[in-house]
Amino acid sequence: MKLNLRVWRQNDQVDKGRMVDYTVDDASEDMSFLELIDVLNEKLILAGQDPIAFDHDCREGICGSCSMVIDGQPHGPQKATTVCQLHMRQFNDGDTINVEPWRAGAFPVVKDLVVDRSAFDKIIQAGGYVSVNTGSAPEAHSTPVPKAAADRSFAAANCIGCGACVAACPNGSASLFLGAKLTHLGEMPQGQPERYERVVTMVDTHDAAGFGGCTNTGACATACPKEIPLDVISQLNKDYLAATVGGKRRKG
Amino acid sequence: MHWTVGGLSSALSGVVTQVSSKGAAGKPAAVKSPNPPAAKRPLIPAVLLKFVIAVSAVVLVGYLVVHMIGNLQIFFGRDAIDGYAVWLRTLLAPVLGNEGLVWAVRAALTISVVGHIWAATLLALRAKKARPVKYAAGNKVKGSYTTRTMRWGGVIVLLFVIYHILDLTTGTLNPNGEHLAVYDNVTADFTPERWYVTLFYVLALVSIFFHLRHGLWSATQTLGWSTNRREPILKAIATTFSGLLVVGFLIVPISATFGWI
Repeated sequence: MKLNLRVWRQNDQVDKGRMVDYTVDDASEDMSFLELIDVLNEKLILAGQDPIAFDHDCREGICGSCSMVIDGQPHGPQKATTVCQLHMRQFNDGDTINVEPWRAGAFPVVKDLVVDRSAFDKIIQAGGYVSVNTGSAPEAHSTPVPKAAADRSFAAANCIGCGACVAACPNGSASLFLGAKLTHLGEMPQGQPERYERVVTMVDTHDAAGFGGCTNTGACATACPKEIPLDVISQLNKDYLAATVGGKRRKG
Repeated sequence: MHWTVGGLSSALSGVVTQVSSKGAAGKPAAVKSPNPPAAKRPLIPAVLLKFVIAVSAVVLVGYLVVHMIGNLQIFFGRDAIDGYAVWLRTLLAPVLGNEGLVWAVRAALTISVVGHIWAATLLALRAKKARPVKYAAGNKVKGSYTTRTMRWGGVIVLLFVIYHILDLTTGTLNPNGEHLAVYDNVTADFTPERWYVTLFYVLALVSIFFHLRHGLWSATQTLGWSTNRREPILKAIATTFSGLLVVGFLIVPISATFGWI
C-alpha cells in the first residue's frame, strides 16, 4: 500500500520544527506503525538524509516509549493500543497520515518525535514509592488485601507512563497518570503510611513541572492505551482534599 | 519502562556539563545538581482551584433551584408572585433586618461567581501554557460537546446573568421596570413584539443546560465522589436534573410570550 506521511521534523530543542511530507510506496498492511517508520528511515539513510528520531523499546505494547500523535490521536486511531501494536491494516491505501510528538510544555521535544518525559520521573521520585524494609520477602498471607482493592490497584498499575493522557488532554494535564499511581499505591496496605504525604508532594511536583489542571473532560481515559479508568482522578481529588482540607497529612 | 532512559540521559547531561566547565580555564565548575531544585510551582494547586469551582457551583446551583421554584408562582397569578417578592424581603427580618436575607444571598452569590470565574480563568491560562505548540492535525480526542464548551459557554452565561440583572432585578432594561411589580415586569418583558428577548432567554437557558450537564457531574469527580460504577448514574442524574431545572425556568418566558399566564 502507498502511504503519504506528514511527519514533524525538529533538529533540536531550539529549532522551531515543521511538518515534512514523505511517501512510502511499498508499505505492507502487516507492518506495525513503527516498522513503517523503520522502512522510511532506511530509505532516508540510503538517500543520505537524517532519519526520523523516535522513541521505541519493547515493541510489544508494555514499555510506554512510543510517543506519537497520529492524526491528532495519541498512539493512533485504534483503541487501547500503543503505536508499536498499531498495524497498517488500520489505514487505507493512499491515506495521508499526520505524525507529531506529544505536545506539552512539560514534555519538550528533544528531536523530531522524541520528547523529554523526565517530568514524569520527577513526579514518581516525589512520592511514587512505598518504603519497605529490605530482607527476605515477607509471608504473603501476613498482609491480607481485599479482592476489590487488589483489582482496582492492579487496574491502575497497568499505567505504563507513556504520557498519552497528557498528549490528549486539552489542558495538558497529567492527572490520569497521577491518579493511576496514587490509586495503585493507595489501594494497597503497603501504600497507607505515605498515602497523604504522597498525594500532596506528587500533585505539587506535577504542577511545578508545568502540566495543566484537570477539568474532567475524560479525553485522557479515551486516549489511554492501557484503559486506565477516569475514576482514578476522582480518587486523586479525594485523597488530596482529605490530606489538605481534611488535615490528614498532618495526622499521618 | 522509560524511567531508565530518562535517568541515563540526566546522568549523561551531568557529565557533559562537568567536562565543558573544566574547559573554561580555571573558573569554578558550575556543576549541575543531579536533582535540581523544583521549578517554581504555582501558588495554588490546580486540584484546589477545581475545588473552588465545585464548591461555588454547589452554592450557585442551590440558588438556581430556589429561584426556579419561586418563579413558578407566577402561574398562581399577580398576587402570588408579587407577594412572594415581598415575603422574600421580610423573611428573617427580625434577625437580618428588612431585605437582609436578600442581600445576604446576593453577597454569597457574588462571592461564588467571582470565585468560580477566577479559578476557571487561572485554569484556562495554565492550560494554555501547558500546551505551547498546538497539534497540526488538531486534537482529535475531544470530550463531548458539553465539555468543550464549558469555558465560552460560561462566558455566555455570565453575559446573560448581567443582562438578566439589568432586566428583572434593577429594571433598567425592562419596559415596565417597576420595583416589586414582578408580574407586570415579566409580562411586559416577554411579549410577541419583543420575541428577540424571549429567544435570547431561551438560548441562554439552553447554554446553562449544557454548562450544568457537564458541571454537575464534574463537581462529583472533583469532590472525589465519582467512581467507575457510579459514573453513568451520576451523569444521568446530572442530565435529568439540568433538564428539569432549565425547563422549569423556560416555561415562564415562553408562557408569557404566548400569553398563557
